[in-house]
Amino acid sequence: MTALLEVEDLRVAYGKIEAVKGISFTVEAGQVVTLIGTNGAGKTTTLRTLSGLLKPLAGKITFDGQPLNGVPAHKIVERGLAHSPEGRRLFPRLTIAENLQLGAFLRKDTAGIEEDIQRIYDLFPILGERRKQASGTLSGGEQQMLAMGRALMSRPKLLMLDEPSMGLSPIMMQKIMETIEELRTQGMTILLVEQNAQAALSLADQGHVMEIGKVVLSDSGETLLHDESVRKAYLGED
Amino acid sequence: MNELPQQLANGLILGAMYGLIAIGYTMVYGIVQLINFAHGEIFMVGGFGALSVYLALPTGTSLILALPIMLIGGIAVSVLVGVAAERFAYRPLRGAPRLAPLITAIGLSIALQQAIWKWYPGGNKARVFPQFKGHSFDILGATVQRGDLFVLIAAPACMIALGFFVSKTRSGRAMQATAQDRDTAKLMGINTDRIIVLAFAIGAAFAGVAAVAYGLRTGEVQFRMGFIMGLKAFTAAVLGGIGNIYGAMLGGVVLGVAESLATAYIEEIPGMQQFGGGAWKDVWAFVLLILVLLLRPQGLLGERVADRA
Ligand SMILES: Nc1ncnc2c1ncn2[C@@H]1O[C@H](COP(=O)(O)OP(=O)(O)OP(=O)(O)O)[C@@H](O)[C@H]1O
Ligand SMILES: [Mg+2]
Repeated sequence: MTALLEVEDLRVAYGKIEAVKGISFTVEAGQVVTLIGTNGAGKTTTLRTLSGLLKPLAGKITFDGQPLNGVPAHKIVERGLAHSPEGRRLFPRLTIAENLQLGAFLRKDTAGIEEDIQRIYDLFPILGERRKQASGTLSGGEQQMLAMGRALMSRPKLLMLDEPSMGLSPIMMQKIMETIEELRTQGMTILLVEQNAQAALSLADQGHVMEIGKVVLSDSGETLLHDESVRKAYLGED
Repeated sequence: MNELPQQLANGLILGAMYGLIAIGYTMVYGIVQLINFAHGEIFMVGGFGALSVYLALPTGTSLILALPIMLIGGIAVSVLVGVAAERFAYRPLRGAPRLAPLITAIGLSIALQQAIWKWYPGGNKARVFPQFKGHSFDILGATVQRGDLFVLIAAPACMIALGFFVSKTRSGRAMQATAQDRDTAKLMGINTDRIIVLAFAIGAAFAGVAAVAYGLRTGEVQFRMGFIMGLKAFTAAVLGGIGNIYGAMLGGVVLGVAESLATAYIEEIPGMQQFGGGAWKDVWAFVLLILVLLLRPQGLLGERVADRA
C-alpha cells in the first residue's frame, strides 16, 4: 500500500539559511503521525512547505499519488490537504460562522457545508453559542477549536495541525487532544506538530523527532514515549 | 453665493469625488499594504477614456444618451491601466523593500501624464469635456448644476454596490479574508493573486466614475488633473482610516466640506482675512489631515493597528 503522504529528502531555506535539511517521512491513511522537536527545529517550515506557502529547495512531496511540487498553495486544499497553522491565524474581524464558511471556500454543496458547520458546533458547543462573535475576541482555547474546525470544513484527506496546544490551559489542552483522538477514531489522517511531546506521542501511531532541520529519530509513538533519549530531551526527565 | 447651504453642497459634490477616488487607495492598501501613488493618474486616464468615447460618437448625440457609454469607456480605460499597473509594475516587486513599489508608482505617474501630454490629441492642454445644458436645480437652498447631479447619484450607488459585494458575495468574503491574513487565505483555497487584481480593478473603476464626474463639473480634462485630486483622495483615505471603504467615502465628504467651508468662512475670522479664498483651500485640506493624524492617527473609522494584526 502506498502512503497518503510521502516526503522525500525535503530541503527548505529562508534565503541562505537552510531550515529543513533533507527530511523524509510518510503518513499512511488513517494514521496519526507526529513531528516533535525543540524550537526552531523546522516543524512549522515543513508544514508550510507541504501546503505550498513555501517553495522547497529540493525534495519530493507526493500526496494521494500526485506530486505536490510546484502546486500553488490555493490549489493544495483542493487536493485534500488542510492546514491549521501555528498561532491559529483566524480571520479576526470575521465571525465564527464566517471563518468556518471560509474553511469550505472551495466546496459548492451548500447543504453539506451547513451540516458540517453544525457538526463542528456539536463538537465544540461554545462555538455554536457564539457563532456571530468576531473570532478575534475569542479566548485562546476557543480560537484553537475554531482553527481546527475551519481546517475540517474542507473535508480533508489529511489534516495538518501545527501546535494546537500552544498557550492553552491543561484542561483546554486535554480537550483538544481528546478531539484529535475522536477524529482519529472517525478515520481522519492527521499530521500533528507538537511541543507537548508527551501528549503527542501518546496519541501517535508514528513519531519523528526533529532537531535543527533533520529527523534524528523515527519510531512508533509508543516506543518513542519510552525512549530514554526522548524522555530526557523532550519530557523533562533526567 | 456664500451662504451655508451652497457651501455644504459644493463640499459634498467635491467630497463625493474625493471619496470615489479614495476607495482605490484604501482597497489596495487594505490588501497589499501598498500606497498606489499612480492612482491619481489612473483617475486621469479615465477622464480621457470617457472623452474619447464622446468624441467617437456621432456629433450631436445628446449627452444624457452618451453618458452611460462614456462611463463605460472611462471605467474601461481606468481598469485596464490599473490592472496592468498591478500585473507589470507592482506584482514583480511583491516582497521587495517598500521603497521600491513607491518609486515605481511615482515613475508610473509621470509616465502616464507624459503619455497623455505627448500622444493624446491636444493632450498638452486642457481638453474640453461635454457639459449638460439647461438650468440648474434648487435643492434645499443650494444651487446644483445638472452635471453635479451625476456624482450625487453615482457615489452613493457605487458605495451601496461595493458594500453589498464585500459583505455578501463569495469573492467579497475572500477579499476580506485576504486583507486580514493573506497566507491563511491561500490555505482556504483562495487565489489571492486574483483577489489583488480585483481590488485594483474595483478601485480603478471607481476612479473612472470620479473622472467622469470631474469632467462634468469642471468642463475639462487635462493630463495633470490626477495629481492634486489623487493627493486629496489619498488624504481622504487616511482621514477616514486607510483600509476601510466606508472611511474612504466619509473622509472624502469630510474633506470636501471642510475645504469648502474654510474657503468661504476663514476670512471672516478676525485676523485671518489673508487666509481666505480659493488660493488657500489645499492648505486647509492638509491642515485637517495633520490634525487628524495627531489626534486620531488611525483615522475616523480606522481601527488601531494592534486590532488589525
Ligand atoms: N520567515 C522566516 N525567515 C527566516 N528564517 C525563518 C523564518 N521562519 C522560520 N525561520 C527559521 O527557520 C528555522 C525553523 O523554524 P520553524 O518555525 O520551522 O521551527 P519550529 O520547529 O516550528 O519551531 P517552534 O517549535 O518554535 O514553532 C528557525 O531557525 C527559524 O529561525
Ligand atoms: Mg513552529
